[in-house]
Amino acid sequence: MKEEIIIAGFGGQGVLSMGKILAYSGLMQGKEVSWMPSYGPEQRGGTANVTVILSDEKISSPILQEYDTAIILNQPSLDKFEPRIKKGGTLLYDGHGFVREPKRTDINIYRIDALETSITSNMAKAFNMFILGGLLKIRPIVEIDNVLLGLKKSLPERHHHLLAQNETALRKGMEILIPVHTL
Amino acid sequence: MEEVKLMKGNEAIAEAAIRCGCDGYFGYPITPQSEVLETLMALEPWKKTGMVVLQAESETASINMVYGGAACGKRVMTSSSSPGISLMQEGLSYIAGAELPCVVVNVTRGGPGLGTIQPSQSDYFQTVKGGGHGDYKLITLAPASVQEMSDYLCLAFDLAFKYRNPVMVLSDGLIGQMMEKVQLPDYQLRLTNEQIREKYPWATLGKQGRTKQNIITSLELVSEEMEKVNNRLQQKYREVEANEVRYETFLCDDADYLLVAFGSTARICQKSVELLREEGIKVGLFRPITLYPYPASQILKYAKQVKGMLSVEMNAGQMVEDVRLAVNGLVPVEFYGRYGGMIPTPEEIVKAAKEKLMA
Repeated sequence: MKEEIIIAGFGGQGVLSMGKILAYSGLMQGKEVSWMPSYGPEQRGGTANVTVILSDEKISSPILQEYDTAIILNQPSLDKFEPRIKKGGTLLYDGHGFVREPKRTDINIYRIDALETSITSNMAKAFNMFILGGLLKIRPIVEIDNVLLGLKKSLPERHHHLLAQNETALRKGMEILIPVHTL
Repeated sequence: MEEVKLMKGNEAIAEAAIRCGCDGYFGYPITPQSEVLETLMALEPWKKTGMVVLQAESETASINMVYGGAACGKRVMTSSSSPGISLMQEGLSYIAGAELPCVVVNVTRGGPGLGTIQPSQSDYFQTVKGGGHGDYKLITLAPASVQEMSDYLCLAFDLAFKYRNPVMVLSDGLIGQMMEKVQLPDYQLRLTNEQIREKYPWATLGKQGRTKQNIITSLELVSEEMEKVNNRLQQKYREVEANEVRYETFLCDDADYLLVAFGSTARICQKSVELLREEGIKVGLFRPITLYPYPASQILKYAKQVKGMLSVEMNAGQMVEDVRLAVNGLVPVEFYGRYGGMIPTPEEIVKAAKEKLMA
């Protein structure tokens, strides 16, 4: 098993921390993991992205040309990464704020209205956990128990009272997926 | 051994420093290296091991604090990124000239000048060909994973004291910023002053009843004497070259072509080798781990077997000169590089290998 994932959006959307939780979940499940962020000025108002690889075998390159799965949270990231999803791969995107919808026909495409749902359910800060829930529904690469362990590991202890809310968001995210195009 | 943890390369440097009995860290923040100092400050090792962590007023001050600590026989280090390492070159030359042990970590970013904060390997020449003035050498280790950031930091201290010479850990922003699994070393006790006096009789820790004082200096105004100092240094460097060469090979045994790469680029090239092998093209990867001493004779051995070599680097062509020196014209040595903070993808290297080696 090897899953090569790109998560991309605006700085502040929780892109890097979502990747971190995924990486910790992989660690809990005994996988080899790598987490390679875009760092620096990109995080201040511009686009932010992180490459996460989970694998049964030792990971060679942390830098990738193409991805199995892309989680896309804004238009510039869709423009940049849609062409770089492997044929037969998966695109998951949040429905908010896109002027151009994805157009590939050789990949699986899912929409998730996580921003909207997170606001209406008064859990805006758990936005990225809705997305992660959606991902795990389509790509069950790690067990949910390990995700919860990973979440606990990656959150500082002062935020541990928020674990329950994050779990709720994670499970809710699994229910609000909209298939747009499936192979 | 400790449990497996997930952390950034920069964090692994900080954790490993405390664990391998480091006495003092002196540094100044710079991206993409700042987590080293940040992590040390957060871990507060002065409470646990007594290790000093100090943010100096500049990189120049940092390296000279290292110079002072090293003169006392202490395990001391600093870290920075390219522009900061440039500021330290004078100090490094003095430390090498005074024959003192210390560790310097360079989490390289793209230059020249302030350049970019993105990863690069363009400090290869600065590190292995001098940087500072005079005939000196830095033993240089190039980690390619977060685990090796931890492992090589401890190795760097051992080599520094074995040869009384500064050791550079030449990393880059990619390894510094990425998170991977790492198993940290067990805690090693810091040496007491008594132990230091016994182990390192050259250390300037007070005369303690001796009649003659220890003198640490790089100054010798009598040329006959200064030549002797240089002879001693050169003799030491020959010893380092004979004993400390480290390298790694990946699928080289039956290779028709060789990629040569160090540090993070070697990781990317490993995937390129896998991709080329899937196409039935027999390519191997030679990865120098020590950049000084350079594994020249080991590369020469493969020159007798392969049709060509491609040096892949995140710079405009630096290590390729050492590969060419090593093979001495026996086979063509080509170069492929990205620079200015750009990172090549495995597929891009596959394409370059085909164009430059197999066309």
